[in-house]
Amino acid sequence: MTGPDQTGNDQTGSSAASHCRSIVELGPQRVRHLLELTDHMAEVNRRPNPKVPALRSRTVCNIFFEDSTRTRLSFEMAARRLSADTMTFSVGQSSLNKGESLRDTIETLAAMGVDAFVVRHRSSGVPWAISRWTDAAVVNAGDGWHAHPTQALLDCHTLMSELSGSSPRRADLAGIKIAIVGDIKHSRVARSGIAAFEMLGAEVIAVAPRTLIPPHFSTPVTQDLDTILPEIDALYLLRMQSERMSGALVPDLSEYTMRFGLTPERVQRMNDNVVVMHPGPMNRGVEITVDPAELPRSVITKQVTTGIAVRMAVLFELLGSGAAQAAPETSTEVGFESQMEEL
Amino acid sequence: MRPPRKEEMNPTKQVLGPDDVQRAATRMAHEIIERNRGLDDLVVIGIQTGGVWLAELLGSEIARIQHRVPVGSIDASLYRDDIGLRPVSPGAVSAIPSDVNGAVVVLVDDVLFTGRTVRAALDALSDYGRPRVVQLAVMVDRGHRELPIRPDYIGKNLPTSSTETVLVSASGVEISG
Repeated sequence: MTGPDQTGNDQTGSSAASHCRSIVELGPQRVRHLLELTDHMAEVNRRPNPKVPALRSRTVCNIFFEDSTRTRLSFEMAARRLSADTMTFSVGQSSLNKGESLRDTIETLAAMGVDAFVVRHRSSGVPWAISRWTDAAVVNAGDGWHAHPTQALLDCHTLMSELSGSSPRRADLAGIKIAIVGDIKHSRVARSGIAAFEMLGAEVIAVAPRTLIPPHFSTPVTQDLDTILPEIDALYLLRMQSERMSGALVPDLSEYTMRFGLTPERVQRMNDNVVVMHPGPMNRGVEITVDPAELPRSVITKQVTTGIAVRMAVLFELLGSGAAQAAPETSTEVGFESQMEEL
Repeated sequence: MRPPRKEEMNPTKQVLGPDDVQRAATRMAHEIIERNRGLDDLVVIGIQTGGVWLAELLGSEIARIQHRVPVGSIDASLYRDDIGLRPVSPGAVSAIPSDVNGAVVVLVDDVLFTGRTVRAALDALSDYGRPRVVQLAVMVDRGHRELPIRPDYIGKNLPTSSTETVLVSASGVEISG
């Protein structure tokens, strides 16, 4: 599977501006615009009738090659709240099992009149490949270890709103110190999250065992969670992904919890106003051993709610706002290919 | 929703000055009070983005003459009929100040042109409830309607050609193009 070239544009007519595939490719301007659109969508979601006609007659197709509950349902709900029609392509019942290639499947679905594909795949780069085969917009809902841009956008929006309290949402994360704890190496959530947080001016520290830090990693790293605990504004816990762990990287999960987990002792020492975040689903007893409901400032449920608004913003920007055509942008996906080789 | 743009190439003609705009707003406020015989259940809602300042101005004039009424704003960009055909940049998030069920809503925009923005705003409004009456106040009616929509309160009737740009603000009304 080939990744994007250094310009971020693939070889077909469709430019990066008509897709949402990674935070780096979106660039700061579109990230900020999407966060502003999210404010509007969140207002729609607060109404008694949370539905607008914006994407009537458009069709959004979810293709999930990897298990997902919340992301798939979140995209589906987002599309419906914009009045788009939705299709879900379940890989288990598909002709892919009869040997149909991914490309043929995409071309078949596109011929039915799909305006946007929402794709999750275990291999990095699949959304870029798909956008070469179709004129439809492509939204990356997670590709391998690479990127998960809508998760990063919802994390940024949730954190900004939480830090702003009742005043209008702050426009950036300047001066905010965020610790991301866990399996950074195998996490697309971490990769996209760090890119977005840093793009908005936050100071990010990765907290993980050396074996779980990717090579060529430019973000500051520490193995000592307790030292930085008093200095941080937000604590982002990653899921320990047992299905991606092929032994040896973490010798013992209970040792991991002792060094990197959010335990009752750490909660005691942590500042009360630290915002606690988690992309879900949580491994209770591994990365978190306290009940998040008892934390003073956990926004884990709010992340899920914001997810719908963010995905509405992304679908509306791609299919409805005309912005994709109006503002073609050249952005760079620096180091994607070298990164993939290393991994 | 139609961002007024100044054309550098063409001469700009001032049609109303700041005092004229202020006087027109005062008169419209009087008309709103007169028409609604007092102000029970009245809500003034400006259409994002151009109608918001005028809604606030009308709200403060009504408050000066009679008493305070709720003033809010509505963003109609998700209800437009030209979605996907042109770039959309929503203004601020809708802020509906009170329950619109059974209320008398005065929708406010700076310029009434094709009527499509007002149509979108009416649809948006109906998602918040069922007002008893909806009235429309505009500073400038420039004609060229494409939908059966008519204003109840008008600052100034301004015959224009459809290619001209009309720029309305508290500091006056200008035509260019």
